[in-house]
Amino acid sequence: MKADIILSGVGGQGILSIAATIGTAALQSNLYMKQSEVHGMSQRGGDVSSNMRVSDKPVASDLIPQGKADVILSVEPMECLRYISYLKPDGWLITNSKPFNNIANYPDLEEVYKEIRKVKNHIIIDADAIAKELKSVRSSNIVMLGAASPYIDMEYDSFKRALQTIFGAKGQEIVDKNIEALDKGREHTLNQQKK
Amino acid sequence: MNKLLLLGDEAIAQAAIDGGMSGVYAYPGTPSTEITEYIQRNKTAKEKNIHSEWSTNEKTAMESAIGMSYAGKRSMVCMKHVGLNVAADAFMNSAITGVNGGMLIVVADDPSMHSSQNEQDSRYFADFALIPILEPSNQQEAYDMIYGGFELSEKFNTPIMVRITTRLAHSRASITRKAQIDENKNSLPNDLKQFVLLPAIARKNYKTLIGNQVHFENSSEQSSYNQYFEGKDKSLGIIAAGISFNYLIENYEDSNVPYPVLKIGQYPLPSDSVRKIYEECDKILILEDGYPFIENKLTGVLGDKKIKGRLTGDLPRDGELNPNLAAVALGLEEPIIVTKPDVLQNRPPSLCPGCGHTDVFNALNEVMADYGPGKVFSDIGCYTLAALPPLNAINTCVDMGASITMAKGAADAGMKHVIAFIGDSTFTHSGMTGLLDCVYEKTAITIIISDNDTTGMTGGQASHAEHVLHQICKGLGVEEEHIRGFIPLRKNHDEALKILREEIEYEGVSVIIPHRECVRTLERKHKLKAKIKKMN
Repeated sequence: MKADIILSGVGGQGILSIAATIGTAALQSNLYMKQSEVHGMSQRGGDVSSNMRVSDKPVASDLIPQGKADVILSVEPMECLRYISYLKPDGWLITNSKPFNNIANYPDLEEVYKEIRKVKNHIIIDADAIAKELKSVRSSNIVMLGAASPYIDMEYDSFKRALQTIFGAKGQEIVDKNIEALDKGREHTLNQQKK
Repeated sequence: MNKLLLLGDEAIAQAAIDGGMSGVYAYPGTPSTEITEYIQRNKTAKEKNIHSEWSTNEKTAMESAIGMSYAGKRSMVCMKHVGLNVAADAFMNSAITGVNGGMLIVVADDPSMHSSQNEQDSRYFADFALIPILEPSNQQEAYDMIYGGFELSEKFNTPIMVRITTRLAHSRASITRKAQIDENKNSLPNDLKQFVLLPAIARKNYKTLIGNQVHFENSSEQSSYNQYFEGKDKSLGIIAAGISFNYLIENYEDSNVPYPVLKIGQYPLPSDSVRKIYEECDKILILEDGYPFIENKLTGVLGDKKIKGRLTGDLPRDGELNPNLAAVALGLEEPIIVTKPDVLQNRPPSLCPGCGHTDVFNALNEVMADYGPGKVFSDIGCYTLAALPPLNAINTCVDMGASITMAKGAADAGMKHVIAFIGDSTFTHSGMTGLLDCVYEKTAITIIISDNDTTGMTGGQASHAEHVLHQICKGLGVEEEHIRGFIPLRKNHDEALKILREEIEYEGVSVIIPHRECVRTLERKHKLKAKIKKMN
């Protein structure tokens, strides 16, 4: 198996917590992985991305080649457009619908969605609203991971175990909230598939 | 636990702790910062009292590392590529002194300038100093090279450069640890004159260094980091250095490259192996992240039609490599022309909401409207972002501390009402000496030290300037009545305007210190407090 995932968003939105969950799941499943991330200047509200590579064979490059990503997982709708060229033809684009508007010339949101819909396999999900419903606004990222999970070739329960490891120290309540967020995101995608 | 999921930087840190290092010295700089931060947090490092406090700048860091080596212990100094410029004097001479305890110099280059003002390749510096380089291709090699590097340094009596690039520094992978090595005991150098670089001694040491070159090269020739992979198809041979080796093998199923490959991880270049691949292959492709260092060594002024790389246009002359660029150079892919949708806008980094620098710039912009454009000399830090819209407040950013000295030069050239804008940590890094120059000549200059108690851009490290800026300025001879301050908040805007105007009008050295803690640092402190409260 292999899962090449591009994570994208804006500095401060916390895409690294998604990366940490996938990374921990990979490590606990005895898979190989490399995950490249952005530190420094761009973290100040600029565009950030992370290349997450998981495989049952050793991973060579820290960077995903263009046209080879299985999934683009974006916590911000415009940001996913920056990496479209990395997606393989039958790859999946999963993005949060909620914009992060910190620039003066942020485009018309409908135009952004229109561009996203040009990608054959895409899912636009209001992860913030789902997280709010769960009374856990900060787990919007984990909702996104859940929404992408049907397209990531890893055992679903491995993500739950990873959340247990990562949030365990913060108490079982936080762990359960995150697992609930993961399930809700996954449910959203599976329901879409049925339609 | 013997397996850890670590960034390249963290793998280096863990290896240093495991490899018997007694102290790390560094000034924060992307992409090298996480090395020292990891050691600062590490439990074993704390228990063993391994030195990990930040240094004032890279030069003081390098000198302290040399001192620790003199005292017989293993030391490491870490910096970003441009930090090596600051440390260059100590660095070049450390090659002449040699070491007592093993000493590693970790330099993190930033090809593509993700967070830097240039993309200089530190391998030239090591070549210049005549010392060996270790260049890992992955996180495990980074660990192994540091772990074994101290011993190599001691064996050859030389500091060793470990060169990484951003991509490795900030990429995570699983690492297998080795057994912990005990720290060295204190010991004096065998020859107590070894570190006295008087000409007579330096000449002798330099001859020794030159004589050692053959040993360094032999070590490279035998090094497991320089591997020769045989290949059936001799129409091409590939020399791949450091992380670019990964971009090569990424392009072949199960890493089966059909051509002979020489993987480089230790320098000086192993000339026998280089000669072998050159002689047995029709063409040579050189993959290296950074400058065409190896390519230049091989082709020189005369060039060589057999050799392809960054100089021949087979690979781009600048910027970071990636698997696609390697594929194109290998003839496996056509170049990809990426078209981005029109709707996609740039999202440059910006100052955080509530940042004190913004309040200072708002006041400064208003005042400078009266004095004309092009007079604000600035520096390296978060506030450099004020060069961009909407603030458009600064006119220069060259190197650490240059705001003050460039403003002085401009004032010497006859420019009136010059402003230097610098942060607290950058001021103590390299601004103090420039201020002394200004005081000595009574330069008409207004220096704004925008103090947020933090080294901000690199992620909020402690600043050596905390609580001492006023005293430093006074001590360097700035007149007490021209050391001013205010709290940069919107409600104090009028006060800020008044102080700025008064000091700009003063024809001498003024220092204004707007002081408000970095919002991110404050946030972290609040979080920590809440955590402690919860625990109690």
